[in-house]
Amino acid sequence: MKVYRPILTAMKALRRNPMRAMLTTLGIVIGVGAVIAMMEIGAGSSAAIQQTISSMGANVLAVRPGTASSGGVSFGSGSATTLTAEDCEAILRQCPSVRSAAPVVRARTQVVYGNRNWVPSFIFGTTPSFLEVRDWTPLAEGEPLTDRDVLNANKVCLLGQTLVRELFQGESPIGKDIRVQNVSFRVAGVLSSKGANMMGMDQDDILLAPWTSIKYRVTGSTLDNPNQSTTSGSSGGSANTLSNLYPGGRPSLYPERSDVQAANNPMPVRFANIDQILAAAQSTDEIPAAIQNMTAVLRERHRLRPGESDDFHIHDMTEMTETLSSTSTLMTNLLLCVAMISLVVGGVGIMNIMLVSVTERTREIGLRMAVGARARDILRQFLVEAVVLCIVGGALGILVGHGGSYLVWVFLRWPVETSPVAIAAAVLVSASVGMVFGFYPAWKASRLDPIEALRYE
Amino acid sequence: MELIELRNIFKTYPMGDIAVPVLKGVSLSVGRGELVALMGVSGSGKSTLMNILGCLDRPTSGEYRLDGQEVSQLTADERALLRNHRLGFVFQNFNLLARTSALENVAMPLSYTAGRVSEREARRRAEEMLCRLGLEDRLRHEPSRLSGGEQQRVAIARALINHPPLLFADEPTGNLDSRTSDEVLRIFQELHEEDGITIIVVTHDPQVARHARRVIRIHDGMIVEGDSASLSEPTESRTDPADSRRK
Repeated sequence: MKVYRPILTAMKALRRNPMRAMLTTLGIVIGVGAVIAMMEIGAGSSAAIQQTISSMGANVLAVRPGTASSGGVSFGSGSATTLTAEDCEAILRQCPSVRSAAPVVRARTQVVYGNRNWVPSFIFGTTPSFLEVRDWTPLAEGEPLTDRDVLNANKVCLLGQTLVRELFQGESPIGKDIRVQNVSFRVAGVLSSKGANMMGMDQDDILLAPWTSIKYRVTGSTLDNPNQSTTSGSSGGSANTLSNLYPGGRPSLYPERSDVQAANNPMPVRFANIDQILAAAQSTDEIPAAIQNMTAVLRERHRLRPGESDDFHIHDMTEMTETLSSTSTLMTNLLLCVAMISLVVGGVGIMNIMLVSVTERTREIGLRMAVGARARDILRQFLVEAVVLCIVGGALGILVGHGGSYLVWVFLRWPVETSPVAIAAAVLVSASVGMVFGFYPAWKASRLDPIEALRYE
Repeated sequence: MELIELRNIFKTYPMGDIAVPVLKGVSLSVGRGELVALMGVSGSGKSTLMNILGCLDRPTSGEYRLDGQEVSQLTADERALLRNHRLGFVFQNFNLLARTSALENVAMPLSYTAGRVSEREARRRAEEMLCRLGLEDRLRHEPSRLSGGEQQRVAIARALINHPPLLFADEPTGNLDSRTSDEVLRIFQELHEEDGITIIVVTHDPQVARHARRVIRIHDGMIVEGDSASLSEPTESRTDPADSRRK
C-alpha cells in the first residue's frame, strides 16, 4: 500500500504527458538495450572460445623433450631422446592430479588408398587413452585402438573426417587397407568431427595408430635416425625403398656402411623415445599441481640431480586459453563501457526532462503542498516518477537488446548467449540511474516554497 | 475558545539588507462557524495574512492559536499535516491538475492523509463530495472540459474532502462571471449554514464581501475594521451548531 500509492500517482502523472515520457525513456531504452546486446554478444563469443578450447581437449598439458646438443651444436627443441612411453605410464600411475595421459609419436608422410593419396597434417602414433585426453570419444564409426594393438604394434589406424573425405569419397573406410609410407594399415574406426583448432589448423586431418607401429614400422627409427625430428622420415629402413625417389639427394658425411658391415655389426638398439606426452589434468584448478607432480616424476625417472636443468618442457594450454578469453573479455568490457556511457547520457536526459517537469508543474507542487503534502512526499513522488521511467525504459531496453542480439545472430551468425546476470544488472542499473539522476530534480521540487509555487505563472 | 486567535502578529520580509514589514501587529479572532470576508487593496498585507492563517507561512513574531493549538512555531511537516486535516483551500485560478479526472482531483489530498485511506474509500468519498456539489455527471471529466463554475466547484469539493472545520478562499470568484460567482458564493453560504464550516474569503470585490456576515479590512499591515473587539456577539450565536457537530 505504502509503495503502491506513490507508484500509482507517478503513473498518473506520467500518463498526463505520454509523448514526453516516451522520449525521455528512449535514452534509457537505448542505453540498456546496448548494454544487454553487448553482454549477450560478449557472453556468446566467450562461450564460442571456450568451445574451441575444449575441442582441443580440456586441461591438456603437453610434455615435450628438451634440447639435445652435441659438441656445442644444438639440435633444437624436442631433440632429446629421453622421453619414453614408460614415462607416460609412470605419470599416469604416480600423479593423482592427472586424469589421463598418452604418448605421441609424430610422423609426416603420404597416405595412399586405391588411386588417391593425401598427406595428413597429423599422423600420431599413440595409445588408446589419446582419445580420452583429447575428449574425442565416442568414435563416429568403428572400433577404437586397443592396448593389445599397441603391444603388438598392430597395423591398425583411426582416421579423421577430412582424411576419410579425401581418400574414400563417401565409401565406408572401415576394414579397408590404406598404405602409410608403404606400410599397410587396416582402418579400424573413424573419429568424430572436431573442426579447426585455435590456430585454425584442421583437427580432423589426422591419422591415429599405435605408437609402436608408427615408431617402428613407419618412421623406422633405429640408431641411424634416433628420432624423426632430427632426420626426415624419408631416409628410412630397407622397407621404404620407394620413398627414395631422387637418389644421391644428400651427400653423406661418413662413408656409408655396406650391407656386409651392417650384417657384421647389427645395431639391435631400438629406441623407445617418443615426441610428446599429452596429459589431461583432473580439472583446471589442478593444472599447477599436475605440472608439479609430472616434473617431479620425470626428474626422478630421468635421474636428474638437484640443480641440473630439466630435459623436458611442460606446455600449459590454459595459458593460450587465458590469452584468448582475456582478449575477448577485454573487448566485451570495452564495448560495455561505451554502452554504459550511453546509459549515463540517458540518465542525464531523464534529469533534464525531470527538471523541466518540475518547473512546469511548480503550481501543482504548490497545490499538493497546500493540501498537505510534506516535502518528503513531493521528493518521493518525483523520485518514483524518475525511477518508474527508468525501470519501464530498462524493461523495454531488455527487449530491444535481446531483439538486437537475436538479429545479430540471425543475420551475422555471431554466437550470442542470453545472460540472466545482464538482465538483472540492467534492471538494477536503470533503477539506480533513475535514483541518481532523479534525485536532484525531486529534491529541487521538495524545496519549493508552497506560497511561491502557488503564485508561479 | 475561538477557532482562530491571532495576537500581535508581525511579518517582515528581508529585501536585501533592509527588512520590509508587511504585517505590523495584527490581532484577530474568528469564532467557529463564521463567514468572514478579508478585504484590502493590493499590497496591504492581505495575502501575507492569508498565508499565515492558512499555515503556509510562519509569522516573524506573535502568537497564532488555531483551535487552541499554538501553530506559529510548528515545523513545515507538522504544518503540512495540519493543512491536510484542518484546512481547505480554494484558489482564484482553481489549481486543478490538468488531464486528471474531477474524481481524482478531489481524491488527491487523501493520498497525503496519514491515517490510511484506501483507494476505494478515497474514490467513494470523492464521489460523494462531487455529488453533493451537483457534479454527479462530471465525475470522469477532465478540467479542460468543465466550465469555470464547475471547475471551482471541483476545487471546493477537493478542499472539503477531509471535512476540515476551516475553509480559505482566495479570490474564489476572481476568474468567474457574475452568474457563476453567485453560484459559488451560494455554495459557501450553504456550507456555512448547513455544516457550520468556518469560511474566510479573501476578496477585493464589495459584492462578494456583502455575502459575509463580517468584513475584516486590512490596510498597510493593520486591521482597520472588524477586529476581534466588535464581533463577540455573532461568534456567540454560532458556537452552538459548531459544537454540536463536533460531538
